[in-house]
Amino acid sequence: MSLQVDDLRVYYRTLKGDVKALDGVSFSMEDGEILGLAGESGCGKTTLGKSLIRMDGRMRHIGGTVELDGRELPIGDDRRMNDFRFREVSLIPQYSMSAMNPTRKIGRMVRELLRSRGATLDLDELESRLSLVELPHAVLDRYPIELSGGMKQRMVMVISTLLDPSLLIADEVTSALDVSTQKAVARALIGFRDAGFVKSMIFVTHDLALTSHIADTIMVMYAGKLAEKAPATAIVKKPRHPYTKLLLDSLPEVGVRYTDKRLAGIAGSPPSLLDPPAGCRFRDRCPIAGEECAQEPPMAEIEPNHFVACWKA
Amino acid sequence: MLKLDNVTKVYKVGAFGGKVFAAVDGVSFDVQAGEVVSLIGESGSGKSTIGKMILGLASITGGSITVDGVPVKPGKDYYRHVQGVFQDPFSCYNPVFKADRVFRMIKEAYYPQVGEKEWDERVRSTVRDVRLDPDQVLGRYPHQLSGGQLQRLLIARALLLDLKLLVADEITSMLDASTRIDVLNLLAELKERGLGVLYVTHDLSLGNYLAERTVVLRRGTVVEMGVTGKVFGNPLHPYTRQLLSAVPRLHSPWEDAAPMQTCHYHENAASGAMFEAEPGHLVACAQLDACPQ
Repeated sequence: MSLQVDDLRVYYRTLKGDVKALDGVSFSMEDGEILGLAGESGCGKTTLGKSLIRMDGRMRHIGGTVELDGRELPIGDDRRMNDFRFREVSLIPQYSMSAMNPTRKIGRMVRELLRSRGATLDLDELESRLSLVELPHAVLDRYPIELSGGMKQRMVMVISTLLDPSLLIADEVTSALDVSTQKAVARALIGFRDAGFVKSMIFVTHDLALTSHIADTIMVMYAGKLAEKAPATAIVKKPRHPYTKLLLDSLPEVGVRYTDKRLAGIAGSPPSLLDPPAGCRFRDRCPIAGEECAQEPPMAEIEPNHFVACWKA
Repeated sequence: MLKLDNVTKVYKVGAFGGKVFAAVDGVSFDVQAGEVVSLIGESGSGKSTIGKMILGLASITGGSITVDGVPVKPGKDYYRHVQGVFQDPFSCYNPVFKADRVFRMIKEAYYPQVGEKEWDERVRSTVRDVRLDPDQVLGRYPHQLSGGQLQRLLIARALLLDLKLLVADEITSMLDASTRIDVLNLLAELKERGLGVLYVTHDLSLGNYLAERTVVLRRGTVVEMGVTGKVFGNPLHPYTRQLLSAVPRLHSPWEDAAPMQTCHYHENAASGAMFEAEPGHLVACAQLDACPQ
């Protein structure tokens, strides 16, 4: 067991009160697992990714524990987390365009970064990893501005995994890229896992189709809570939560003819997380909601490794 | 209705504008009334530049763009018939004012003679046309509305005019999967009312869902265009094939595009020339970069 998250609660402090962005999230990840974290904007997926590595000033750790390789991560304590960042937990940010120092050549920046962490640069290792993501070695002598978006994204991937972290969080790494670059970056991520540079990976995205190609397991979030977690094929082929089903039904696909058929969206919008309603949070938009949905549904394992938080599943 | 004929846009780049860069190079296609045409391309392909030129927001370097035979002429008369909706609905509204102020501005500019009551009724029925409840969205501030609602209000704003052509530039890329399909379905309804829609996007699956015809752009030139079913069902240009193979699909694994074959049209190609591979399906030379000019 690589990562174990128990009843994690993270709130944002605002003038109007606490925004309950993560409200009791529990899950675990195996070694070598790629977990796709999918959901729409405001469902808490980025908050979950962030709280595992660095909370920003507005975020408060209310409760719950995170255990990585048997050690508890002090996620609420910014300073103590420093020992874990980069070595144990690492992040590929969404906007790698702005993640690198524009005034340094990349090679020098990497050397300085490693020195600040008390590690030395193994040039052969770095170059072999560059070849893995199909970057020429000459990029080390260039400035970040000389690289294209996809190249920068892959460069940042190499940098953040240099110290072989146990957990890598990839937050929307492909959403700013074109489809063909997206494919190359996604394949490089799988390559990193296969080569053992990272033990496990959380791949945060809003694109369910892309996640299904990369992830072993997909976790769907809705309004600060987990809706469904299952192996990727089960989510795509046999979703059990009504939200997952409706979400999949609203995705148009290439190669399908839509002459008369129209897809349908999900009516309504997610509840405000300032004061979320009691019971199931999808109740207002759910076509099959009933009396029992006024009670909060527990996360139940209805099939091996298939967890659903719905009374009707 | 909308007709682009050999349109070119050249930007001056480099220090003191010493170099030139052709963002759009000899693009010709048309959009008929009652039709959605999707303009597909990756970043830097010039798709947004084309949208901007049609809306008169960027000057045209060469060629001509006409709407019903009238060349693009920014001004009240032109914008009465041609309107655009853009990617980011949140920055299209002034956060200080209520969202329905965009309707008020249309009235003041175009319909000052219409009575208050009649205008109010017109706004409400247009808002209902875009599948929104007037009581829920009118009189609210932009931050109280969702991205999908704001985007649909902008479409309603365009519909209040005597609209013939709507340029929709990446209008769903900031929306969630569950709401973007409603906006797409709305565009599909507009074409049934006789509007021409130019749907600019980088997302092939959305273009496939919506459009009758598809134009695929690469580095400012059209590589393939035609009826959507033919372009997506039987892609002929290697670039289109490569794009299609890179799209993640839910139910089938990623495949690799077939390597570049010899181009059938290379022998007798001229730059920008298109060849009719089958009726309603035009393809450019695959080795255009190496073609004799």
